[in-house]
Amino acid sequence: MNGMQFLQHALTGISVGGCYALIAIGYTLVYGILRLINFAHGDIFMIAGYFMIFSFAVLPFPIAIIVTLVLTTLLGIGIEKVAYSPLRNAPRMSVMISAIGVSYLLQNLATYLFTAIPQPYPEIPGLKLRIEIGNISTSFVTLITPIITILIVVGLLYLVNKTKMGMAMRAVSRDYEAASLMGIKLNQTISFTFAIGSLLAAVGSILYFTDRSTVFPYSGSLPGLKCFVAAVFGGIGSIPGALLGGFFIGICETIIKAIGLSTFSDAFTFIVLIVMLLIKPTGLFGEKNIDKV
Amino acid sequence: MLKVNNLKVNFGGIEAVKGISFEVKEGEIVTLIGSNGAGKSTTLRTISGIVKPVDGSIEFEGTDITKINSSDIVKMGITLCPEGRRVFPDMTVLENIKIGAFLRSDDLSNDIERCYRLFPILKERNKQLAGTLSGGEQQMLAVARSLMSRPKIMMLDEPSLGLAPLVVQDIFKIIQEINDEGVTILLIEQNANMALRIADKAYVLETGKITMEGSGKELLENESIKEAYLGKKK
Repeated sequence: MNGMQFLQHALTGISVGGCYALIAIGYTLVYGILRLINFAHGDIFMIAGYFMIFSFAVLPFPIAIIVTLVLTTLLGIGIEKVAYSPLRNAPRMSVMISAIGVSYLLQNLATYLFTAIPQPYPEIPGLKLRIEIGNISTSFVTLITPIITILIVVGLLYLVNKTKMGMAMRAVSRDYEAASLMGIKLNQTISFTFAIGSLLAAVGSILYFTDRSTVFPYSGSLPGLKCFVAAVFGGIGSIPGALLGGFFIGICETIIKAIGLSTFSDAFTFIVLIVMLLIKPTGLFGEKNIDKV
Repeated sequence: MLKVNNLKVNFGGIEAVKGISFEVKEGEIVTLIGSNGAGKSTTLRTISGIVKPVDGSIEFEGTDITKINSSDIVKMGITLCPEGRRVFPDMTVLENIKIGAFLRSDDLSNDIERCYRLFPILKERNKQLAGTLSGGEQQMLAVARSLMSRPKIMMLDEPSLGLAPLVVQDIFKIIQEINDEGVTILLIEQNANMALRIADKAYVLETGKITMEGSGKELLENESIKEAYLGKKK
């Protein structure tokens, strides 16, 4: 592989990584606040793909994008209300099982409603434009994905660290009861967190599927798991960690495919998970526990 | 100001509070004393809306607040400074102070100054993470945080827990100062001696029932209280 080819693959990797990062942030946010691995997150991402297909069929594309974002956000909030919120005082294991249930429900619902045949993903005008830089040829979407991702992360960090809502999110993620005593509304804060997570999954979904061209009911499960690994790698609960994890998994995966080991690229992701759990279970930027009494 | 009527609360499958009634008048310091498991914390958590009672009612300034959620209760001017301090360890001291005013949208600078005046140590440490403070400092921070909601009545759950005697004295002095500024205090304590000394009115809680009441002074001199809570030898 010469330098140019390497650059070409690195660019693709960064782009895939950007999508992964957006989904990984969803895992991390929800984990931060509910201590729950939201296994349905990858499927929310898949359903967002279908939302886009159907809204694009009847609406002009800018409105279709907005409709997709809004519907996916509502789906995320709805899932929390129906499947997780009634289990607020139940053991964590019950909530996790509920999440797995929601994941299967969404996959099977999609199969039932839309069949298992891959549906063509609409082409958003301009996004697939070929761009040549020197010897590197790439599409517009590949170029803008990492930029969009980084802008979103900067905005999100501002939201979490500087605004009142962010303060509420951080307080709830630390201590439900103390947060309620401050007057923070638990359910409202949790819904808001799911809304943000699902919104990012929808953005990720648009960027990801534009590159892949088809959606089928299981197209969320593997990316979902990979992004979960990305979140764990970066330190679950940490937003910069999820960003870094997403880019890391995306780039490694693309390079491995490029050197001819495509068969192993998925296996690699899970080896990363195992190795990380063995040497640093809290991930790169995992929660620091300040234990001082 | 605050009236609790025949309050019954279940906690962890048992009836922790078995029908208690008491009253807190405006401007007073009222204390509930009693040993572990007497139902003191449960009572306060119920008043603040975190736990719902099985029976009975809670009235604040003439309104029934039994079924109101915790956020609105804070808004009405009731705040609870919880047992074990519960400051947010990964936020700075200043953020912890500010979060106490979560429901307010007006200017906080005067209130922050007031906290710094009451607890100068917090000003020195305002950029430090709350988790790195000592126990006494965390307790001061917890009190400061509660004050930020501009409460009419402040409930304190075991503010002396696990603190050195000198620090306990400081905390109690500040509780009195806060009371002098016009905030009504409902205090629960295992350190009955300290609590009774500053209390206008005191209730003794034993396994979910009020067994005795009187002014702080009366209970301080009561023989059976001395035996049970103040460590006097028979």
